[in-house]
Amino acid sequence: MSKVSEAVENRTDSPSQPPGATPPRSNPLRAAGLAFLRQREATVLVVAIALIIYFAVSSSNFYGSANLTTWLSQDSAYIMIIAVGEVLLLICGEIDLSVGFIFTFSPFLMHYLIDFYGFPAILAIIISLIMGLAVGWVNAFLTVSVGLPSFITTLGTGFVLLGLVNTTSHAEAVPIPASVTGIGHWIGSGTWSEFIWAVILVILGHILLTRTKWGLHTISAGGNLLGAQEAGIKVNRIKYGNFMLTGLLGAFVGLQVAFQTNTIDPTAGGYQPMFYAVTAAVIGGTAMLGGVGTILGAALGAIVLGTLTDGFSILGVSANPLDIIFGGAILVAMIANVQLARLREAGRSV
Amino acid sequence: MTTTSSDAAAAASAASGDILRAEHISKKYGAVTALTDVNLHLGRGEVLGLLGDNGAGKSTLLKILCGFQPPTTGKLFLEGQEVEFKGVDDARARGIDAVYQDLALVNQLTVYHNMFLNRERTNGVLLNNRVMKRLAREHLDEMGIRIPSVNVEVAKLSGGQRQAIAVARSVFSNPKILLLDEPLAAMGVKEGAIILDLVRQLKEQGQVSIIIIAHNYGQVLEVCDRVNLVQHGEITFDKRSADTSVTELTDIVVAEYRKALEERHRLDQQPPSTTNGR
Repeated sequence: MSKVSEAVENRTDSPSQPPGATPPRSNPLRAAGLAFLRQREATVLVVAIALIIYFAVSSSNFYGSANLTTWLSQDSAYIMIIAVGEVLLLICGEIDLSVGFIFTFSPFLMHYLIDFYGFPAILAIIISLIMGLAVGWVNAFLTVSVGLPSFITTLGTGFVLLGLVNTTSHAEAVPIPASVTGIGHWIGSGTWSEFIWAVILVILGHILLTRTKWGLHTISAGGNLLGAQEAGIKVNRIKYGNFMLTGLLGAFVGLQVAFQTNTIDPTAGGYQPMFYAVTAAVIGGTAMLGGVGTILGAALGAIVLGTLTDGFSILGVSANPLDIIFGGAILVAMIANVQLARLREAGRSV
Repeated sequence: MTTTSSDAAAAASAASGDILRAEHISKKYGAVTALTDVNLHLGRGEVLGLLGDNGAGKSTLLKILCGFQPPTTGKLFLEGQEVEFKGVDDARARGIDAVYQDLALVNQLTVYHNMFLNRERTNGVLLNNRVMKRLAREHLDEMGIRIPSVNVEVAKLSGGQRQAIAVARSVFSNPKILLLDEPLAAMGVKEGAIILDLVRQLKEQGQVSIIIIAHNYGQVLEVCDRVNLVQHGEITFDKRSADTSVTELTDIVVAEYRKALEERHRLDQQPPSTTNGR
């Protein structure tokens, strides 16, 4: 018995060296470097630090206290929060394209409830958040129970929400209802409130993904759907939960941005924050095909995108060429990810 | 050489008290009938080989026995009591565990997370990774299964190691009944020996009754007490291993293969393809 086991064991005791890799030397610095690079978040962390250094050197305005809040709280935080939901969905094999329209709709719903129906502020905010959960439930129902691809489901629900916003608001922006300014300070209009929420939600999301049954089952649902079902995991429940969580986060971010800008704007949200969040997830090391992903990586990815937005506007680059840089940044980050993944696969003996 | 059941074997098993019995099980998927009328029994401590061609309905039957899917018609009896499983969790709670053909391992997770998949140890809401790691390591050592570490992702293991992990996982919860679907598929002779050794060990301990599915029956015949042959969604043959032989089983399958070939010739003049018999 033991002989046989040893024969099997030996198969993985001598994994093949990566092509062109030097044999491992006993250099602790090199070993630490390789260990670092093997972390999924490594690429995006390097990119984030490089960008921050670049903009800090280019303009002293970048690290000025006034810009710190613009950079982190306004340009990065909303992407971080939505990315928490998108990472969980991408890992379990789904995507939500509608989350940006939940973002658009939720402050309008709050405004209607308060200004037209006389709801108390807290209740209106809670109902707006529940709306996010409800749209997430509909997305899950159509995807999981009816069997549409989530790409199509959420494309549809997103358009419906956009139409709903434009019809009911006549596509016009309105000011924040007076009764919510107090609580709004805690949610989004306080100087650092958006970023603090983002950090808290990223940490909670990271714990959820890496340290709870929910996270393991999310990875299982995306990594091996049939296998997860065979193990008795209720994969439908996992997908419902992740869609609903993403909807909730979208609604929350919509309120935050409304409070922070002091306006409820039908052009806020939409596809842009959703695409930024998916981009942040992907450059942070999350696979589009499911089973693999990290929320910390996505948060760093969000900071990279926020840094690009903020940094280039400080340098006076207009919004139009910024997209070229964005596209390039995505491609460069992805190429680096693919190369590093190869290193990870091959370098496991080091 | 006809496909008759051995009444002696059936009577003896019934007398000793079957741990599991399936009566008139059928399963339809839309217009497709996978099982027509299956009657099966498993004695306490017995190892039953479930043999048959690919597509005969063996895996469908196993997925009904382990609660993954309900039968279209028919009844299951566990220790004499009629049962309806609400899912694999329910069946597992009643002492039935299975190793599926596809192993149901998640490549992206570590060995120890896979071993505790859907039966994780937790501290409140948080996973208790320390305990799971220790228990997984102890359990694998106990079973003589050697892998580099319980911390590696399952994707990095060899086919035999993966299979061994799946089997080790299934006996983790001390099941009363263990169902193994093609445990030797995709394994070399040496790796297959690990699994057969595990089955032999379990059999000697006498705590668990086992059903092994295989289409390469030569390998499993020696560990089985009894074999059933599944053909076209029915069990057509039931004998003690001692009363049959690889030759007899081969002859039955070859006869079936010939019949299928003749049928094809009659239906069309196309040359016979190899898809019909393996």
